[in-house]
Amino acid sequence: MSGTQTTYNDKVVRQFAVMTVIWGIVGMLVGVIIAAQLVWPELNIGFLHFGRLRPLHTNAVIFAFGGCALFATSYWCVQRTSCARLWGGPLVPFTFWGWQIVILLAAITLPLGITSGKEYAELEWPIDILITLVWVSYALVFFGTIATRKVSHIYVANWFFGSMILTVALLHLVNSAAMPITLLKSYSVYAGVQDAMIQWWYGHNAVGFFLTAGFLGIMYYFVPKQAGRPVYSYRLSVVHFWALIFTYMWAGPHHLHYTALPDWTQSVGMVFSLILLAPSWGGMINGIMTLSGAWHKLRDDPILKFLITSLSFYGMSTFEGPMMSIKTVNALSHYTDWTVGHVHSGALGWVAMVSIGAMYYLIPRLFGKTEMHSTKLVTTHFWIATIGTVLYIASMWIAGVMQGLMWRAVNADGTLAYSFVESVKGSYPFWAIRWLGGVLFLGGMLLMAYNMFKTMAGGKTADTTVNVPVAHHA
Amino acid sequence: MESVYLLIPVSVVLVFGIALAFWWSVRSGQFDDLEGPGFRVLMDEDQPKPPAEAAEANKRNNG
Repeated sequence: MSGTQTTYNDKVVRQFAVMTVIWGIVGMLVGVIIAAQLVWPELNIGFLHFGRLRPLHTNAVIFAFGGCALFATSYWCVQRTSCARLWGGPLVPFTFWGWQIVILLAAITLPLGITSGKEYAELEWPIDILITLVWVSYALVFFGTIATRKVSHIYVANWFFGSMILTVALLHLVNSAAMPITLLKSYSVYAGVQDAMIQWWYGHNAVGFFLTAGFLGIMYYFVPKQAGRPVYSYRLSVVHFWALIFTYMWAGPHHLHYTALPDWTQSVGMVFSLILLAPSWGGMINGIMTLSGAWHKLRDDPILKFLITSLSFYGMSTFEGPMMSIKTVNALSHYTDWTVGHVHSGALGWVAMVSIGAMYYLIPRLFGKTEMHSTKLVTTHFWIATIGTVLYIASMWIAGVMQGLMWRAVNADGTLAYSFVESVKGSYPFWAIRWLGGVLFLGGMLLMAYNMFKTMAGGKTADTTVNVPVAHHA
Repeated sequence: MESVYLLIPVSVVLVFGIALAFWWSVRSGQFDDLEGPGFRVLMDEDQPKPPAEAAEANKRNNG
């Protein structure tokens, strides 16, 4: 490959990486606000009440923070492991600006109450069309880069990213099918329990592919890179991938236990959820064992601390999830704060921490530095984030189990032992602890932003040259 | 439950698609070497040199 000097397209990675931190702060700030609104109801001011802000929080953290993290890491990883510049020319900046416009439109429409009312898919149909355009461009760029790779092997992380891109496209198209009434209002083409089934087929697979497969791609690239060691078993990582995608699709019905959904569908959902424990733990063990023989690296490398702790939370929540999908357990946990705690064990502990770790890896490299402005601040961030996550999860466990037990308690004559509002009253102290956990996690993100801007200051942003290893031509 | 008439065919098509991708990747030799790729990902020059080494390299370069 002498003579032709191609460079990697790091500009788009840089843009997405910076926006990951910014949107992380915005999304988590809204989360802290709605957590406060539950503790101090007088904070529900005007139309900025819990009902309007909650979808803003979920959209901002999942699609703005998580989405930007996925774009940044997948664009970096696919270029480095394919030894090729991003394919697609103007499609590449379109994915960045298009995605930012989607986020801004969400931030405007959701507080105004413009919503299709489908959880995690609230955006109205014009925005849904823009999402489709951006996502198709993303797929073209990603697979175009794979197609023009200079090495024959496709690294396992790219399989995870690729399956995430394809599945999210399919989920979005099926679930967002709607009949527009006006520019700002549409109705789902599905009705009643049909809609619920489609919605949770979408909802759980969005968790499975957007928030799991995509972030496993991050894990399989950034854990080995940061540790400076190959993944514990490359063979297991390939098995992990195929096992996960063959079995994921049908776990969704566990969101609809004890509803109008036919009993057999609920049981199918439960069985598939239980099966998922195997590939999930295979991947978790594979990631953590990458450090086997080099555990000392955990002692002074805060980025590895983030990555390995995220895998521990991944293992914990992928054990908790299948357990909660068992119908008898679900009878206690459903509709309680236990579910909220479970989601955040995955969202804060796994998704956010693995993204933060990857961003701390990327940011210095993107700005021509060898390390972050302050490694000490990264360590502080790690401990604040971990304590915040633990406070959040533990308080929600206690509140959730308490609510479940109070709601099902009956007197000897068959009447309910507690009114609903008594369970609300009992939850207050735990909601306050949850709020504190959220404040800590947000505080960590603010430290990260300060550290990031300090690292960016005076940084070089020249694109690096593609190095094709001579022995591995396609 | 008309929605399963949509979801089950979609899943079946998807499983066939995944099987096809798996078949292609096995046939095209993606999994012939299940050790090397793990190491190869570490071999690009993204790792920053530790400051001491970099300083030494500088010294060497400067004469």
